[in-house]
Amino acid sequence: MKISSVDTKRHLSRVLLTLAVLVAGLQANAWTVFEKYQPKVLVSDPYLELRTGPGRGYPIFYVAGQGDEVVMLKRRTDWFKVRTPRDKEGWVHISEMQHTLDLDGEQIDFGALGLNDFTKRRWEMGFNGGDFNGASSLSGYLGYALTPNITVQLEGTQILGDFSDGVMASANILMYPFPKWRLSPYFTIGTGIIKTQPQTTIVAAEDREDEIAHAGVGANLYLSDRFMLRMEYKRHTVLTSRDDNEEIDQWKAGFSIFF
Amino acid sequence: MESRFQHIFLMPTFKAQGRLTLKVCLLGVLFSVSGFSAYAAEPGDLELEPLLVREPERREVEVDDLDSEDFEIGVFSGVMNVEDFGSDTVTGVRAAYHVTEDFFVEAVYGKTTLGQTSFELLSGGAPLLSDEERDMQYYNVSLGWNIFPGEAFVGRRWAFKGSLYVIAGAGSTEFGGDDRFTINAGVGYRLIATDWLAFHVDVRDHFFESDLLGTMENKHNIEFSGGLTFFF
Repeated sequence: MKISSVDTKRHLSRVLLTLAVLVAGLQANAWTVFEKYQPKVLVSDPYLELRTGPGRGYPIFYVAGQGDEVVMLKRRTDWFKVRTPRDKEGWVHISEMQHTLDLDGEQIDFGALGLNDFTKRRWEMGFNGGDFNGASSLSGYLGYALTPNITVQLEGTQILGDFSDGVMASANILMYPFPKWRLSPYFTIGTGIIKTQPQTTIVAAEDREDEIAHAGVGANLYLSDRFMLRMEYKRHTVLTSRDDNEEIDQWKAGFSIFF
Repeated sequence: MESRFQHIFLMPTFKAQGRLTLKVCLLGVLFSVSGFSAYAAEPGDLELEPLLVREPERREVEVDDLDSEDFEIGVFSGVMNVEDFGSDTVTGVRAAYHVTEDFFVEAVYGKTTLGQTSFELLSGGAPLLSDEERDMQYYNVSLGWNIFPGEAFVGRRWAFKGSLYVIAGAGSTEFGGDDRFTINAGVGYRLIATDWLAFHVDVRDHFFESDLLGTMENKHNIEFSGGLTFFF
């Protein structure tokens, strides 16, 4: 009995050791998987100014010299966190980083965003508010550009009126005839579902759910970076179960971000 | 080239036998010379030292692969005063995307509970709303502007990065069984403790119209909150 218990202990310790090694190996693997990309760049200007934070409001506390190899750690908006050979860490603006070189002495493409990126955007999301047949409307959307001319988008809208509230979900397709223009107009058509419920202060009215189809025009105005403004007019046809279909005008404006 | 040499030097060889050997020799030399030159033109057989071909290690920097931390998520808690209904604790979550160093977009979801109106208290009974209807929740999407970024100094030893921001947006507030279009505007301060952690203090006015107490009125609801957020 004793011997067997020792054996079990040994066996157990071996299993534990194997497990430990395995876990350590996995961790090492995970470490390499999540290892951050931290490239080195060469300061080619006479100096590189490091600030304490990612913004022009934060003071410069250190200056890296020409020929220093600095490590790029991360990025926030247009600021890059770097580490100098003397282990000083600070934030450098993209306009200064653009003058650094890679270790082969080649220029680095920092890809400052511009009108071209606006034209070639893929994903975009936005938020807007406006008027929906006299009520207020709030919508959020997510869009994906199939080509620079055609975008598909999903949109959710909340309608907040004095007499009734509602929600609307729709799928739209947008066509941009001039995608390269800073003020880029578009046509849109789509379909969805609208759900209306009367305010609790109104008596004797019931909830409704109807299909809806719409067509509209609008325009995006590229501001800068990832920002654009959007204005839109839509005419909705609510396919009601009553005799007449209901026609609704919607005006809205808001801002969007693209990725 | 070779055929021309053959033509020039081979023709006389038939006529003058005696000089044949000389001609053949000459020919041989010529052939060998021309042969050699042809030989030299092929670089593959050159008996030179082998060229050291170094594949240059590309050390191009891909800026897009760098870890970017433009998103901020967090929680907050504080006090919210709802006009006519008194003040109660408010809690919520917020998420922000920093588009530039100056501007950010923020989405907020918050929850609070409504107290009793003075009408309810004075009339002694007759509750205006059920308990369920007293749960108030709101969401909004706003645009913020870091108006005064800079360091803040606490005592002699500490300097913190931070920014005062102004923020405004639109959303919806639900209470008493209805949703109301709500405009919010306010001021906040973000204190950046580390690269990934920040503390917030916010004062926000949520403005909507309500006819819950009979007539349609403008309602201002002030919220005071503190919170923490994580950058990622």
